[in-house]
Amino acid sequence: MATETNTRPGGDSVHHREGRMAGRAFAYWLTSYRRVWRGTIVNGFLHPLFFLVAMGFGLGELVDSGAGGGIDGASYVNFIAPGLLAAQAMQTAVGESTYPVMGALKWHRHYYAMLATPLGIRDVVYGHVLFVVLRVAITSTVFAMVAAMVGAITSPWLIVAVPVAVLVGLAFTTPVFAFAARQDNDGGFNVLFRFVIMPMFLFSGTFFPVSQLPGVLEVVAWLTPLWHGVDLCRALVLETATPLDSLGHVAYLLVWAIGGLWWTVTNFRKRLLT
Amino acid sequence: MISAHKLTKRFGEFTAVDGIDIEVRRGEAFGFLGPNGAGKSSTMRMIGCVSPPSGGSLRILGLDPATDGPAIRARLGVVPQRDALDEELTVRENIIVYGRYFGLPRSVVRDRADELLEFAQLTERAESLVEPLSGGMKRRLTIARSLINQPELLLLDEPTTGLDPQARHILWDRLFRLKRGGTTLVITTHYMDEAEQLCDRLVVMDGGRIVASGSPRELIALHSTREVLELRFAADDHAPYQPKLADLAERIEVLPDRLLLYTDDGDAAAAAVHERGLEPLSVLARRSTLEDVFLHLTGRSLID
Repeated sequence: MATETNTRPGGDSVHHREGRMAGRAFAYWLTSYRRVWRGTIVNGFLHPLFFLVAMGFGLGELVDSGAGGGIDGASYVNFIAPGLLAAQAMQTAVGESTYPVMGALKWHRHYYAMLATPLGIRDVVYGHVLFVVLRVAITSTVFAMVAAMVGAITSPWLIVAVPVAVLVGLAFTTPVFAFAARQDNDGGFNVLFRFVIMPMFLFSGTFFPVSQLPGVLEVVAWLTPLWHGVDLCRALVLETATPLDSLGHVAYLLVWAIGGLWWTVTNFRKRLLT
Repeated sequence: MISAHKLTKRFGEFTAVDGIDIEVRRGEAFGFLGPNGAGKSSTMRMIGCVSPPSGGSLRILGLDPATDGPAIRARLGVVPQRDALDEELTVRENIIVYGRYFGLPRSVVRDRADELLEFAQLTERAESLVEPLSGGMKRRLTIARSLINQPELLLLDEPTTGLDPQARHILWDRLFRLKRGGTTLVITTHYMDEAEQLCDRLVVMDGGRIVASGSPRELIALHSTREVLELRFAADDHAPYQPKLADLAERIEVLPDRLLLYTDDGDAAAAAVHERGLEPLSVLARRSTLEDVFLHLTGRSLID
C-alpha cells in the first residue's frame, strides 16, 4: 500500500465550509412539501382541536370539579394546553425524522442524489433538519392558534412558548436523525415510538405534574427533554416562569439538539460516505 | 481526466479494489467490465468523490478528491446504479430540483431542463409524475438530470442493467451523441455487447484487480482467436469430447452445456468435427467477443 489516506474526505479545512450549501438541500424538501402541505395543515389543526376538547374540556370538567379544583391553581385545560404544545412538537419532529430519513437513505435515496452534486454531508443534514424545524414551527403555530381560539391558552407569552416548542422539536429531531441513520429497516422505529416516545408523551408532565410519579420515575421524567419543554411552555403561559429555570430548560434542550446534530453528522458520514 | 495509481478500497478485512492503475483521457469512452463484485462500483464511488480511497493516489480533473470533492463533483455527472429519482415529483421537477443542488440560477435550470427533456425524449412526459414511467424512461431521466451542470465527465454505473433491448438501444444512441459532443464517458457494465458498443478503451476487472486493458478489438486479438465454434452435444457432460477435438482448435473451453473451440476459421473446424463422425446437436460459428476474453482470463462467464 502506497499511502494511507483513509480519512474523511475533506479534512478539517473543508468542514468549515461544508454546510454553507444547506439551503440547496432545504429547497428540495420544500419542493416535495409543496405537494402535501395542505393535508398537513388540516391535520395540524384538527389533531390539537380534538385533544383539547376531549382532554381539556371533557376530562377537565371532572378534574376541575374535584377537591383541588384544577392543578396548581390552573384549570385543567389551561394546564395541559402548553404541555400539549410541547408534546405535539416532539411528535411532529419524531415523525419527520424517522420514515422520511429512512426513505432518503434507503428507499428513495435522495441523500445519494444530493451527494453526487457539490453538496456535502453537512449540507445534506442541515438542509433536512432545517426543513423538519420548519414543519415543527408550522404545526406549533397552528396549535397555538387553536389553543388561543378555544381559550385554552390566554397569556400573550404564548408567542414565546411557540419558539420553545420548536426548540423541543429540534432537541428530538437531531438525536432521532442519528438513530434513524443507524437502522437497516424501519423495525427500530416501532420500538422508538412504543417504548420511548409514547411513554414520554404520557409521563413527562403533559397531562399531570411529574411529582405524581413514584420517586425514581420522577427523576427519569426530569431527564427527558420533553419534561423541560413542557415545564417551560407551561411556566411561560401560566406566567410563573423564572429566568433561571427558563435558561436551564433552554440550555438542556440545546444540549440534546447540538449533541444530536454532532451524532447525526457522524452517523451520516459513516453510512453514506463509505 | 482521471488518473489513479495503486488505488485501493478496503471495507474492514475485505479488499474491494486492489491497487489498480487507470488513466482516462479527455473525450474518450472508458469502460470497467467485470462480473458483480469485481470492484467496479467501488471504483466508481471513489471517482465520484463519495468514498474515500483506502490507499494509493487518485486525481480527477487534475484535483484531489480528498480536498476538492465539492469542486470536482460540480463538474461531474453521475448516473448511479439505482436511479434515486423522486417518484412523487414530475419529470421536469426532478431535473429542476437537481439543478438547484449545483447552485445554478432558476432561469438557467429551466432552459436547460427543456433541452435535456428533448435530448432524453421525455418532452411529452415532462409534467407527468415519475412513478408510472417505464424503466427505460426513468433511466433516461436520470441521465438527463446528471447533465444539468454540463459535466465534462459523466460516470455511468451499469446504465442499461434491467432494461429491455429496445430501451438499451435508445440509451446507447443518446450516449453516443454525448460522446460526439465531447463529453468523457466512464461506464461500468457486465454486458459484453455494451462494452463493445460504447467503449473506446476498457479494463477487465475481476476480484478487485485489473486483469486486462485495451480497446475491445485489441483485447480480442490479444486474448482470443478470430472466431469461435460453439458445439452442443447430447450429453450431460461435455468434458469427454475435449480430447477428441483438441487438435482442431488453439484452445477449448468446456462449459456445462457446450464446448467452445477457439480457432481462426470456425466453419473449417465445424467441417472437421463432422468428418470425425461426431454429431453435435447444434453448431454455431461466430466472431470472438469480450465474453470470450473474460472467460479466457478468469475461467468464468461474466454473468453466472
